[in-house]
Amino acid sequence: MKPVRLISGTVAPLDRASVDTDQIVPKQFLKRIERSGFGEFLFYDWMQQADFPLLWPEYHGAPILVTGRNFGCGSSREHAAWALQDFGYQAIVAESFGDIFATNCSKNGLLTVVLEPDAIRELLDSAPAEATIDLEAQTVTLPSGRAVPFEIDAQVRERLLNGWDDISLTEQRADEIARYEAERERVGPDALAI
Amino acid sequence: MAAAPKTLVEKVWDDHVIGDDLLFVDLHLVHEVTSPQAFEGLRTAGRKVRRPDRTIATADHNVATGPGEPDELSQAQLAALERNCADFGVRVYPLGHRRNGIVHVIGPELGLTQPGMTIVCGDSHTSTHGAFGALAFGIGTSEVEHVLATQTLPQRRPHTMRIDYAGELGPGCTAKDMILGTIAQIGTDGASGHVVEYTGAAVRRLSMEGRLTVANMSIEAGARAGMIAPDDTTFAHLEGRPGAPQDFDAAVERWRRYATDEGATYDRTVTIELDGIVPQVSWGTNPSQVAPITGVVPEPADETDERALRYMDLRPGTPLSDIAVDRVFLGSCTNSRIEDLRAAAAIVEGRRVASSVRAMVVPGSFQVRADAEREGLDRIFTAAGFEWRGAGCSMCLGMNPDILEPGERCASTSNRNFEGRQGRGGRTHLMSPAMAAAAAVTGRLTDVRELVGG
Ligand code: SF4
Repeated sequence: MKPVRLISGTVAPLDRASVDTDQIVPKQFLKRIERSGFGEFLFYDWMQQADFPLLWPEYHGAPILVTGRNFGCGSSREHAAWALQDFGYQAIVAESFGDIFATNCSKNGLLTVVLEPDAIRELLDSAPAEATIDLEAQTVTLPSGRAVPFEIDAQVRERLLNGWDDISLTEQRADEIARYEAERERVGPDALAI
Repeated sequence: MAAAPKTLVEKVWDDHVIGDDLLFVDLHLVHEVTSPQAFEGLRTAGRKVRRPDRTIATADHNVATGPGEPDELSQAQLAALERNCADFGVRVYPLGHRRNGIVHVIGPELGLTQPGMTIVCGDSHTSTHGAFGALAFGIGTSEVEHVLATQTLPQRRPHTMRIDYAGELGPGCTAKDMILGTIAQIGTDGASGHVVEYTGAAVRRLSMEGRLTVANMSIEAGARAGMIAPDDTTFAHLEGRPGAPQDFDAAVERWRRYATDEGATYDRTVTIELDGIVPQVSWGTNPSQVAPITGVVPEPADETDERALRYMDLRPGTPLSDIAVDRVFLGSCTNSRIEDLRAAAAIVEGRRVASSVRAMVVPGSFQVRADAEREGLDRIFTAAGFEWRGAGCSMCLGMNPDILEPGERCASTSNRNFEGRQGRGGRTHLMSPAMAAAAAVTGRLTDVRELVGG
C-alpha cells in the first residue's frame, strides 16, 4: 500500500445521501476474480444518465469525492472501494460512511474523511474548486481557505501515513495468537470434521 | 467484589480479544464472490490458511437456480472457489453438494453457528448468525485475506445498542414486519457503528427462524452486528446438528452465561412499540422507506424520498394495496428457511398465482429444499403456479439470470430494495413470506390478514 499524506485537487460533488455499494458497483461486475480494472464500472447505472455530474469534464481526474451521509452503506463488496480508487479518487469526504465500506477503503489506502454538514455543504457548493486534505495535520482546507479539523482512528491514520500492510503487522503478533489458541480458544465446530 | 456486569456482546468480545485490539475468529465463512482476490493475495505473498478447521466455503451468490449453465465469467468464479479451497485445504460445498446453500442459511443449519462465537464472512448479512448469540459481522475482501492468514482481525471494542421490543406482534405479523418496522423508525444508519442486542418478550417468543430474520437485517439499520441472547429455543435448534458439540449438555451450561447481566448498561437504548403494528411493506429504495400495508404511499420528506418515488414510479397518496406486482420472489438469507416456506405455502394452498404474475420460490439451501419436498410444500407451490428452484441467492441480488426486467415490480422477501438490486430498473417491495404469497395470488400488494379466515 502506498503511503497517504497530502491529497490536493478538484472536488467532485455527489450530492446524495445513503449511496449504497450496489450503486457504486452493480452486481453484474462482481464476477471478475481480479482486483483491478473496476473503475469503468463505477456508478455504472448513473453514468448512463447524461446529467450525472461526475461525468462532466470539470470533474475528470478529480482526486476528492464529496458526498452526503451514510455513503457506502449496504453490501460489503470491496469492489466499491477498488472502483473508486481505480477511477482516480484518493479521498472520499462525507457526513458519515457505512462501516464495512470505510474499513475496506482504509485497507486499500483510500482515505475516508468525515466532516460536519456545514463543511460538506460548502465543499459541494464550491465544486469544482480545489481542496487540500492533510492526513498528518488532520485538516481539510476548503476552497475558501478555511481549514477544518477531522477525526480519524489513530491506528488507521498511522497505517495510512506509513503505507503499512495489515497482515504483516498482525503476523508480528504470531506468538500472542498462538498463546490465545493454546490457552483460551474454545472448542468449536471443526469444519473439516463434520 | 463481584465482577462488573457485562452485556452479551462484551462477554463475547472479552472471550476473544487478544491484547485489546485483535479479535480471534472462531468461524470464517467464505463464498465465491468476495474471496478470489483474497486467496490470490495469499498466493502472491506465499501465505497459508492458518486454520482450515475454522473455515468453510459454499457457492451461493453466483450459482444458477434454474435450468441452464451460468455464463462464462460466473463459471470461472465458481471454479476459482473450488480451486482455491483445494489448494489451501478449505472444506467447500460447491453447487451439487447436498450441503450447498446460502452461506447464512447453511451455517446455522449445519450447527456451525453457536452461541458465544465470533463469526465473520465477506458478506454484510453475516449479522444473521447473531441470532444464536454469536458476534457475527461482515467484512471486506482485504479482511477475508487477513482472517485466512491469521485467524484474527484488528478491531475496536464495539459500541453497544439495545433495541428493546415492547408489546406483542399482532395477527399476520412476523419477525420480518418487526425488523422492517424497526428500520422504518430508526433509519438506515440508526444503529451505525453499534452492535445491537435485541431484547424483549416478543424476541424471546420468536422461533430461531424468526430471530435469524431479525438479526439478518441489522446491517440495513447500519449496525455492525445484531445479537439475541441464546435460550432454550436456541439450544433445541442446535441439538443433533452435524456441528453441534459431542457433550451437548456441557455446552449448554457454558452457553447459558451468554446473557446480558442484570445492571449492565448499553451505550444506547431504543424501545420499539409492537402493539398495533400491522404487516409492513417497503415503498422506496432503501429499507427504511417502509409503511404499513393499510397505509398509502407517503408524501416525500426530502430529496432522497423524491428520488425513490420517481424510481419506484409511485405517487403519494396511492393506497399501498392498490399497487400491482409483476413478480414475486420468495427467497434470500432473510426468508428462505423452512418456516418461511411453510408460512407462504399456508397462504398459497388451494389458490392460484394471479395470471399477471410470475412467482418463484428459491429455498435457502438444498437441505431446506429437501425438507420442504418431504413435507409436500413444493407441490403446493407448483400447483399454484410458482417456479420451484434450486438453492442460492438468486434474485436477492440478481448476479445470475434470475433478475427483474427494467420497470418490473416485485414483491420480495429479501432484504434490500436498492435501485437496481434485483435487476437494472427493477422495483422491489420488501415484505414477509406470507405477504409475498398474498401478493402472488392477488397480483397486488395485499394485507395477508384478508386471506386468512377469522
Ligand atoms: S441472499 Fe442476498 S443478502 Fe443474502 S447473502 Fe445472498 S445476496 Fe446477500
